[in-house]
Amino acid sequence: MDLLNIFIKSVFVENMALAFFLGMCSFLAVSKKVDTAMGLGAAVTFVLAVTVPLNNLIYTYLLKEGALAWLSADLATTDLSFLSFIAFIATIAAMVQIVEMTIDKFSPKLYSTLGVFLPLIAVNCAILGASLFMVQREYGLAESTVYGVGSGVGWWLAIVALAAVREKMKYSNVPPALRGLGITFLMTGLMAMGFMLFGGIQL
Amino acid sequence: MDKKTRKILVDPLHVNNPVTLQVLGICSALAVTTKLETAIVMSAALTFVLVGSNMAISALRNKIPGSVRIIVELAVIASLVIVADQVLKAYVYDISKQLSVFVGLIITNCIVMGRAEAYAMANPVGKSALDGLGNAAGYSAILILVALFRELFGSGKILGMTIMETTNNGGWYQANGLLVLSPGAFFLIGLIIWVQRWISPSIQEED
Amino acid sequence: MDFSNKYIVSFSLAVCLACSLVVSAFAVGLKDRQEVNKKLDLQTNILVVAGLIEAGDKPTAAEVAVIFEDIEISLYGRESGERVGDAPPGYDVNALMADAKTAGKGASTASMPGVEDRARVGNLPNQLLVFRVRTAGKQCWVLPVWGNGLWSTLKGFLCLEEDLKRVRGITFYEHGETPGLGGEVDNDRWKAQWHGKGIYDPAGELRLEVTKAGKALDPEYQVDGISGATITSVAVSQFVRLWLSEAGYGPFLRTNGGA
Repeated sequence: MDLLNIFIKSVFVENMALAFFLGMCSFLAVSKKVDTAMGLGAAVTFVLAVTVPLNNLIYTYLLKEGALAWLSADLATTDLSFLSFIAFIATIAAMVQIVEMTIDKFSPKLYSTLGVFLPLIAVNCAILGASLFMVQREYGLAESTVYGVGSGVGWWLAIVALAAVREKMKYSNVPPALRGLGITFLMTGLMAMGFMLFGGIQL
Repeated sequence: MDKKTRKILVDPLHVNNPVTLQVLGICSALAVTTKLETAIVMSAALTFVLVGSNMAISALRNKIPGSVRIIVELAVIASLVIVADQVLKAYVYDISKQLSVFVGLIITNCIVMGRAEAYAMANPVGKSALDGLGNAAGYSAILILVALFRELFGSGKILGMTIMETTNNGGWYQANGLLVLSPGAFFLIGLIIWVQRWISPSIQEED
Repeated sequence: MDFSNKYIVSFSLAVCLACSLVVSAFAVGLKDRQEVNKKLDLQTNILVVAGLIEAGDKPTAAEVAVIFEDIEISLYGRESGERVGDAPPGYDVNALMADAKTAGKGASTASMPGVEDRARVGNLPNQLLVFRVRTAGKQCWVLPVWGNGLWSTLKGFLCLEEDLKRVRGITFYEHGETPGLGGEVDNDRWKAQWHGKGIYDPAGELRLEVTKAGKALDPEYQVDGISGATITSVAVSQFVRLWLSEAGYGPFLRTNGGA
């Protein structure tokens, strides 16, 4: 029940893109077409699903205060949590590299469309953000897996929805100065308002 | 200051602003702009990290092997961010509590990575430092502008000082709740982009 | 430019080493200061809720230490309500929260019969931390409370009068509620409403609660909720009531004269 709760919360209520503004760079840049948005969304979800639990293990067994107690009793008070940023980002960068190689091998078409944005997943704030929120909220292993998947799905949903609106936007007569980025921001604002409706859900 | 140097410094403020034109660094920017104070501290932290990383990467630019480029850049940036985070925690604990994970998220702030890749890897240390300063200033300008509007109209205050007494405190000003919520930030930036491109039509998009 | 593998590996190692040296130097060098700040922040909040200093005052660590000499920090058994002894030196709210989650030192609310934990506090510590302020003319009790609101865990202190029958004040030192709406739990005017509210009625029923905005009809026990932030208001009500109930501080209140 708690896990379902975390899942629904991370998809809708605490949507990475629309409630926390995370992963905005690629969110705005890769949302011109639904196809590419789908691809990037899937990649982000996958990376999140793997890195959040992985970082959870690293944090619990290596970095947290007293986490090294299993190594030797002398280390029971060592607190390495100040290294968590660097450890998390290294894990993420390595995972992204693996995803990149996998996509290149199995789907060259997707690889060419995602192009420069694959390496950018490494610096997608949604991914590092999920790991940091996981630490802040003290999730366990199962919870962080669910949280990782949920955040990914939420982000995926948001970017595909935005891309769908932008495809239709081509046929509208937008004031010249507002074309492109400007109108996209306003639309994202409206979408964020829509997602706020989920805020009242009590699970 | 010759024309070229000035261009490096001034361009990112308006016609090549990292936030509103290059679409970089929006992630952490919007989340910390409900109050002016947090926005200023965040800008300071980003300026430190951006100038530092640009200088470090530029100094090492001929020595970094291409295959490990990204990870070296990340390591340098992450170290600077940790230093900034630790200093904030030690000296302005109140604000660092409010910024929570968003200082850490400077690591993934695309501006830092983007400038390291696009500029510092190809230019000498002095110029890279200026480029870092310029871009940080462009980012800070947007952040502070957005925060000013959000704090003033969202809670009737500037830097925590009450300017317009809100009805919640028995005053006359009915605070605009939309502005303190996330959609408000999107609308504000959308409007800033609109004004910017209306002033300088050369930066409008075809789309 | 071509680099040999050996160069790449040694270069990466050198970068890692340099980075970790810098980071560790800063982390270790600033650690003491950070700890002092953390402790000072908590202690300042206790002094504010107890009315020993004004909200917004920024006393130094030395000043706080002087005021704290008049404050007795003890542990009370949660079920017995009896004083167990002084809190160990350095034992603070963070340690208390960690203990609540540790098996043997805390218990899950789900395992307590008749307890409805709607604000998802989750675990209560077996030994409760209590600050007793003995400063002349300002005697009161400060109790740590926490629970989940709409977005975040709210952590705060509840201050009760010396007779433990009425609330003196409440404060939240950490929360991530919507600024301007749920975040108004920080609003001094809203917090001032808590002053003087009764906790238990003469029949021994827990009556203190936060209602929906504008629905507080009984000024003796009810606090008016924050308008536009029903979920946060209701959550605060739920966890404060849980903490003051039989599962939380209830036995402590009874053995010490309240309720």
